[in-house]
Order: sequence, then structure tokens, then C-alpha cells
Amino acid sequence: MIPAQFDYAAPATLDEALSLLAERPDDAKILAGGHSLIPAMKLRLAQPALLIDIGRVKDLSYIREEGGQIRIGAMTTHYQLESSERLREICPLLPECAASIGDVQVRNKGTIGGSLAHADPAADWPAAIISLRAELVAVSSRGERVIAADDFFVDMLTTALRPDEVLREIRINAPGGRTGQAYMKVHHPASGFAVVGVAVSLTLGADGKCSAAGVGITGVATKAYRAAQVEGALVGSTPDEQTTASAASHAADGVDANGDIYASADYRRHLAVVYARRAIAEAVAKIK
Amino acid sequence: MKKAVQINVNGTTRETEVEPRLLLVHYLRDVLGLTGTHVGCETSLCGACTVTVDGQAVKSCTMFAVQADGSNITTIEGLAHDGELHPVQEGFWERHGLQCGYCTPGMIMAAAQLLERNHAPTREEIRHGLEGNLCRCTGYQHIVEAVEYASKAVNREP
Ligand SMILES: Cc1cc2nc3c(=O)[nH]c(=O)nc-3n(C[C@H](O)[C@H](O)[C@H](O)COP(=O)(O)OP(=O)(O)OC[C@H]3O[C@@H](n4cnc5c(N)ncnc54)[C@H](O)[C@@H]3O)c2cc1C
Ligand code: FES
Ligand code: FES
Repeated sequence: MIPAQFDYAAPATLDEALSLLAERPDDAKILAGGHSLIPAMKLRLAQPALLIDIGRVKDLSYIREEGGQIRIGAMTTHYQLESSERLREICPLLPECAASIGDVQVRNKGTIGGSLAHADPAADWPAAIISLRAELVAVSSRGERVIAADDFFVDMLTTALRPDEVLREIRINAPGGRTGQAYMKVHHPASGFAVVGVAVSLTLGADGKCSAAGVGITGVATKAYRAAQVEGALVGSTPDEQTTASAASHAADGVDANGDIYASADYRRHLAVVYARRAIAEAVAKIK
Repeated sequence: MKKAVQINVNGTTRETEVEPRLLLVHYLRDVLGLTGTHVGCETSLCGACTVTVDGQAVKSCTMFAVQADGSNITTIEGLAHDGELHPVQEGFWERHGLQCGYCTPGMIMAAAQLLERNHAPTREEIRHGLEGNLCRCTGYQHIVEAVEYASKAVNREP
């Protein structure tokens, strides 16, 4: 379990990290919390020639409110998100999702940016990030661009990030009004990852009807996805038990589901429907 | 190419040159000879290798020593002070929190982190806080009791 040899750089600034990456986009890798990359390196599934550790770059780890948005630095750890009192008030889905990841030690080291950039099909953050319609800020020595969460996840372990880009920040529009949120997950009994994970953020208007809904689902397919038909069935309706169940029944419509020895594709689709129903009901129940 | 690192371990600063691929657990065990930190699974799952780095419990098999350059590390060897056991160590002693002892250093380091963040955890919270640590012997019950004992000891202290 010894990784292959590599060179190591720990730049103090993002600019330095970006120029190192620009020089060697093909054989260098960013090291964030290391909790996906180091296990892969130990198995020699990954053998980068250069690791650019962004753990020492100043100002990549923060939770801020700016311009009506919540802005989260890519190096913010799962634990920092889990333990943020402010997020518990204004966007409780984020701490709830963070708390469901791995175990204490994993949450102390692993970062939201690393999880999103890694794009494991069973990772938790992608579901939350999609349901919240987040924007992801990617930066390279060529400049900066904003990628919508829906466009970020391309395929299993593949994102829209280019080889010379670093994910710098995650931006989320702070949910307003009467919003309820929930993240519900079936933990894989061995790895703790999501067999299925459903994130819901739902807003009610003054008339008690759903005015906005976000539903992101992970674990089911090769990448996390937005359950657009579920959202469509919710918006404009009163999310009572019946509406919720019929909306949730579309959670895996048209999805090419993964199957493995633990959970077949059919079972995953079934779980997606059941957990979507429960997560919507819980989100509604949380609305004050 | 080797890198010079300066790491404070249990109160003593050590300067060493290490290969970037050297895992923190091997640095502690093989370079410093601190064999209290165990290697159970090598795959980030068992928690036997848990130490704290700048106050955060981490699995030292899932971190490179170079990442710890400039930080303060506490291992099981550094937990007792002036011959006095840490409350969690005392709890494991008093409540038989171990059988073979292989998982114990990591369990204790993770439990110490748990009590730092939550002074009076419920049994449920103790189990949740130790999810990253596996024990093949005890069935966990005595470990939970040991941590409960420790939390009472912590709260008794002036
Ligand atoms: C035992 C264990 C259990 C786990 N359980 C879960 C779980 O239940 N749910 C879950 O979602 N995850 C789980 N994880 C994964 C964990 O959340 C990882 O921390 C996370 O997936 C990766 O984040 P990282 O900061 O560790 O990234 P790293 O491992 O450092 O990096 C991962 C990849 O992303 C790239 N990268 C990292 N940061 C950036 C950036 N800012 N810009 C561009 N590229 C970047 C790296 O080059 C690398 O390819 C678990 C991990 C372990 C070891
Ligand atoms: S040896 Fe590190 S987690 Fe098992
Ligand atoms: S006491 Fe033997 S593994 Fe825990």
C-alpha cells in the first residue's frame, strides 16, 4: 500500500498553484483533503508525477455571505460545514449532508471542493449541490469561469473542470421565505457512501403551494442528477401526502441505474423513489 | 526528491527529510519509533492509525508526512500528562474498554476528539462519534461505557 513516487509542491498562493498546474496539466494533480486521492494512489489507480497540495493556499477555506449568496471555499472541510451554526440557520441542507459523510476523521480532512471535483457516483455533496442550483467557480491561469451545478457533473469521476483548472468556490443562493430542506441517504454498510442519496430544498408560497423545488439524487446513476420531473410535479401543488408520493414516483424516470452486488439497478431505482418521497415529506415537515 | 519537514510530535519538534510518498503513520512508527499508533487496514477504514493533527483527529494512513509539515501532532504516547492518564485512557482502564488492544490507541484518540467537541455525549452520540474506528473484539459496549466514564470524569474536573 505504498504509492508510486511523486514530486510534491505546497504553494502558498493560488496563482502559484495554477501556474504549476498549467505547466503540467497531464501528470500533475491537485491534493486537497486527500481522502479520495490518497486511497487511489495507494492502490496505484492514480500515479500522478506531481502533487500540488493546496492545503497551504491562503483563503480557500471559508463560509461567507455575500451578495445574497452563501459562498464556500473549495477547501472547506466536511466538518466545518457540518458544525457551522450559521448554515444550520440559513441552509440546513449543507450541514445535514456534511454530517452524513463517512466518519469523523474523514470529515475532518475531506473537503467539499475535493468531493465535487472527484465526482464519485456515490458521493453525497453532488446531490445537495444540484438541489440547491449552486454555481461552481473554476479558475485557471487563463482566468475564471462559473459553471452551473447541472453542467458540472459529466460522467463517473468526470467533471466539466479542465485539466488546468482548480475549483475555487461554491456559490449558493440563500433560500428565502418558507423553505424546508432534507437529505436522506441509504448508507452503504461497508463504505458509508450513498447507495442512494436524495437532497430536497422546497419553498412554499403564501398560498401554501410549492413555489420552488430542488431535488438532487446521487448513488443511482454514473453521476448525480436533477430529478426534474419530481420538481415539476411539486411546483404549483400543495405537497400533501398524495402529491408527494406521486411526484416522488418519477425520481428515477429515464435514469440508467447502476447495479452491483450490493444493490441491483432495479433496487436502486426503487430506493430513489422511496427516499425521494421521504425526503420531500421531511422537508415539508420542517417548514415553519 | 526528499523534502525537509518540521513536525512537532507530542511536544517535541523534529526535523527530518522524508520522501513525499511517506505516509504519516509510517513517519510516526518507522522514523520516530512511536509504535503506539497502529496500522490496521491501510485502507482508511479501521481508524487504528488515528492521531490528532492540529487538534483534528485524522487517519494517519491517509495523509502524507509532508502534509503535516509545520503542524502539531499528538499520538497515544502524548496523551497522558505528567504520569496522569487522560480521562479517556482512565475510562478504558476502569471499564475494560479493550480486549486485544489493537484498536485501542485509535479508539482513544477518536474518543478524546469526541469529548472535546461534546462534553456530555449520549450513548448514541458516542457510537456515532466512533464510527470511523473498528474493533474486532469488544462488541463496542465496553468502549461506549469507557467513553461515558471519561465524559463524567471530564465534567467532574474543576
Ligand atoms: C473511509 C472513507 C469514507 C468516505 N465516505 C464518504 C461518504 O460517505 N460520502 C462521500 O461523499 N464521500 C465519502 N468519502 C470521500 C471523502 O468525502 C473525500 O474527502 C472526498 O471525496 C474528496 O475530497 P478531498 O478533499 O479528500 O479530495 P482529494 O482526495 O484531495 O482529491 C480528490 C480529487 O479531486 C481533485 N481536486 C481536489 N480538490 C480540487 C479542487 N479544489 N479543484 C480541482 N480539483 C480538485 C484531486 O486532484 C483529486 O483528483 C469517504 C472517504 C473515505 C476515505
Ligand atoms: S490503518 Fe488507517 S484507517 Fe486503518
Ligand atoms: S480490542 Fe481487539 S480490536 Fe478492539
